[in-house]
Amino acid sequence: MTTNAKSPARRRFLQSSAALAGGLVIGFWLPEGGGRRAFAQGAPKAPDPNAFLRIGKDGTVTVIVKHLEFGQGVTTALPMLVAEELECDWTKVKAELAPAGAAYAHLDFGMQATGGSSSVANSWDQLRTVGAQARTMLVAAAAAQWKVKPEACRAEKGFVTGPGGKRAAYGALAEAAAKQPVPATVALKDPKQFKVIGKATRRIDAADRNDGKLVYGMDVKRPNLHVALVAHAPAFGARISGLGTDKVKAIPGVTHVVEVSGGIAVVAKHFWAAKKARDALELQWDIPPASKLSSEALFAQYKEAAKTPGLPAKKAADPAALAGAAKRVTAEYEFPYLAHAPMEPLNCTVELRGDSAELWVGSQFQTMDHAAAAKTLGLPPEKVKLNTLPAGGGFGRRANPATDYVKEACEIAKAVKVPVKVIWTREDDIRGGYYRPMAVHRVEAGLDAKGAIAGWNHAIVSQSIIAGTPFEPYLVKDGVDHTSVEGTADTPYDIPNLAVSLHTPKNAVPVLWWRSVGHTHTAFVMETMVDELAQAAGQDPLAFRRTLLAKKPRHLAVLDLAAAKAGWGKPLAKGRGRGIAIHESFGSVCAQVAEVSIEGGAVKVHRVVAAIDCGLVVNPLNVEAQVQGAIAYGLSAALFGEITLKDGQVQQSNFHNYRVLALPEMPAVEVHLVASGAGKPAGVGEPGTPPIGPAVANAIAALTGKRPRQLPLSKSKWA
Amino acid sequence: MIKFFVNGESYEFAADPETPLLWVLRDYLGLTGTKYGCGRAQCGACTVHVNGVAERSCSIAVKDVAGKRVNTIDDLGNTDPVARAVKAAWLDKDVTQCGYCQPGQVMSAVALLSKNKSPTDAQIDEAMEGNLCRCGTYPRIREAVKSAAAQLRGAKR
Repeated sequence: MTTNAKSPARRRFLQSSAALAGGLVIGFWLPEGGGRRAFAQGAPKAPDPNAFLRIGKDGTVTVIVKHLEFGQGVTTALPMLVAEELECDWTKVKAELAPAGAAYAHLDFGMQATGGSSSVANSWDQLRTVGAQARTMLVAAAAAQWKVKPEACRAEKGFVTGPGGKRAAYGALAEAAAKQPVPATVALKDPKQFKVIGKATRRIDAADRNDGKLVYGMDVKRPNLHVALVAHAPAFGARISGLGTDKVKAIPGVTHVVEVSGGIAVVAKHFWAAKKARDALELQWDIPPASKLSSEALFAQYKEAAKTPGLPAKKAADPAALAGAAKRVTAEYEFPYLAHAPMEPLNCTVELRGDSAELWVGSQFQTMDHAAAAKTLGLPPEKVKLNTLPAGGGFGRRANPATDYVKEACEIAKAVKVPVKVIWTREDDIRGGYYRPMAVHRVEAGLDAKGAIAGWNHAIVSQSIIAGTPFEPYLVKDGVDHTSVEGTADTPYDIPNLAVSLHTPKNAVPVLWWRSVGHTHTAFVMETMVDELAQAAGQDPLAFRRTLLAKKPRHLAVLDLAAAKAGWGKPLAKGRGRGIAIHESFGSVCAQVAEVSIEGGAVKVHRVVAAIDCGLVVNPLNVEAQVQGAIAYGLSAALFGEITLKDGQVQQSNFHNYRVLALPEMPAVEVHLVASGAGKPAGVGEPGTPPIGPAVANAIAALTGKRPRQLPLSKSKWA
Repeated sequence: MIKFFVNGESYEFAADPETPLLWVLRDYLGLTGTKYGCGRAQCGACTVHVNGVAERSCSIAVKDVAGKRVNTIDDLGNTDPVARAVKAAWLDKDVTQCGYCQPGQVMSAVALLSKNKSPTDAQIDEAMEGNLCRCGTYPRIREAVKSAAAQLRGAKR
């Protein structure tokens, strides 16, 4: 395989690479403050960093990772792509997170971002090319030194070898290699030759994480660093109307109290002083009627809306088909708001130094956070450096087009003029909004006399995640937010006369993507309704799905593997129920079979067997981990997760009332990979989340005869 | 003045005696291996050992550790065979994802295996249930605890 300059992304990449001068080996030069403008200003001074790869004189290979590492494993997977072509010694490979910079744009999104389970897929050609270019330059440097043809040399395990037993380490060649021209085209390996890609590989930075040595945003240390906590409005859209600070001034360590757009910020020398001071603020808020929301009223409003068709996302070929069905099933589904609740609470550190500034933040959206920081600080973008710190989870919360906590940190830094780390407490995080939207679905589906689906009328009610963001032109079409209907309108099932429509109510609660986005609710509805129809048709749920997927061999392979490994059809222990679900998202297909029992009215999940086709597998050890994790994350939501509002107040505040899965509740999980022979990778981080809720719900239905239609499952007493 | 020991060294703390141990460690001693996750002993990210027992440092006032031995992940000695076995198992089983909860997980696992080298599944559940992980590394945590326990039993013989 030879890379060529056909795609615009590739063309941009190679042009920029070819402009390299100085530094070691390959990539773009990104001076402090980053960005294209600075890049155009001339050659860097050695040993300046390059965009994607540095090879030290000691042979250390440092891969600069353009995506945020927040658990999904990019600091191992992306270096694997480089290493495959570089032919280096894997034990000498390190990863470093890239700061905000134009060179680090996601090749599909056009901005630096981590999301959509696409970090590996969009880096697939880019980073293998980087590795191949560097290898070519190292070989050329060795050949020049030895006065032989490059074709007479080969690269292997961090050395170039040549005729007559000549041998040189990459570290010794790096400086000379940097002076070699960057090859315009390089041949990339055929997947059959892969030695690194596809091999179960442990995380390269695990020891630092386990030992507490890894520096997350929360752990950033700077001289004279202050801590800021913000008293946010008690209801979304409320405004401050009165502030008393008498009790605050007496607290040692408190340095500033300032009003920012999100509330009142208290700045102190330490977290504890800031926390005490924030609790001591006397605050009055003006809560407008539109802010006094309640989940109960919102659900009532959503359910009313769901009875009428919304804007069409998909139209039925024959809208009358449903009316003529032999058997009809109607169901209404409720999904609450969900908080992401990553283990590391949100935080951002800002150091403002007169006419420049530096930020440290675990950001999924560096480009947007960087631009917003510069704007808020009133500085030109090239005067602001945003350092990406590893994050303790994120699940979408750190990819916010509204850049809420980053802007807030910048507002505070600008006001107080000391280096400041804004920390959101867990309570701030749970109550701070940017939730997975609540949703109501209503489905009317019909079977013909033979038990085949005759028609399916599906109405969805959900706030739009995309409306009002820069993504609107790409993801909202004719008023339909794709992320509200994904997984329904584009279902792989062969459902005749499927009609999907969408209502998009607006309210003051800010919403955001949450691991697997719209699939978090659409998969539940599709998969529990298909199960219900199978039952109505008197068919086995697996067989019924196989018929609907008859033209989809990829899906069938996944479904069959999960079913076989789970022992589908074999007798279960008394008191156990088994359910199956399959869903496609982010280019991957995942099926899961769950085994449940009911204990004291609550659902207990004992075992989950998952099968996934996620394209070409880069690191099977991590695919297993991601599917296990996606199941845990989805199970937290299915069993316990809900954010509710009453009189505008969020009723949950911390893990005691926003319950998440704990170790004893984690089922035994088996993950099986479908070797599909795909030529490139697809999504891994998210596709394991959508199927778990419906697989569990279908198991409950099999066991109890009752169809769960309201999440979380803990809202109901099961028997 | 509150006197106590952190990782074997004596320390005196003169500020607010109600300050949670977590923030004394992080903000005053610069020991950031112990993580803030919830502030109310609900998640276990801040787990340390106080006189050898796993405790949530976010919910212990510093005055309550006066005269006591506090040990943190930052200096979980590689000389302690239990710590060494747990850390090795955590790497071998490739447990970590985002890693933010893992220092707390490791501290809880070390406390468990220091007392009990043959924990049952129920005992592992009980010892580890206060340590939340949003990445869902639980299956590998279970494996790693069992593997470290087996290694320690083998080493003993």
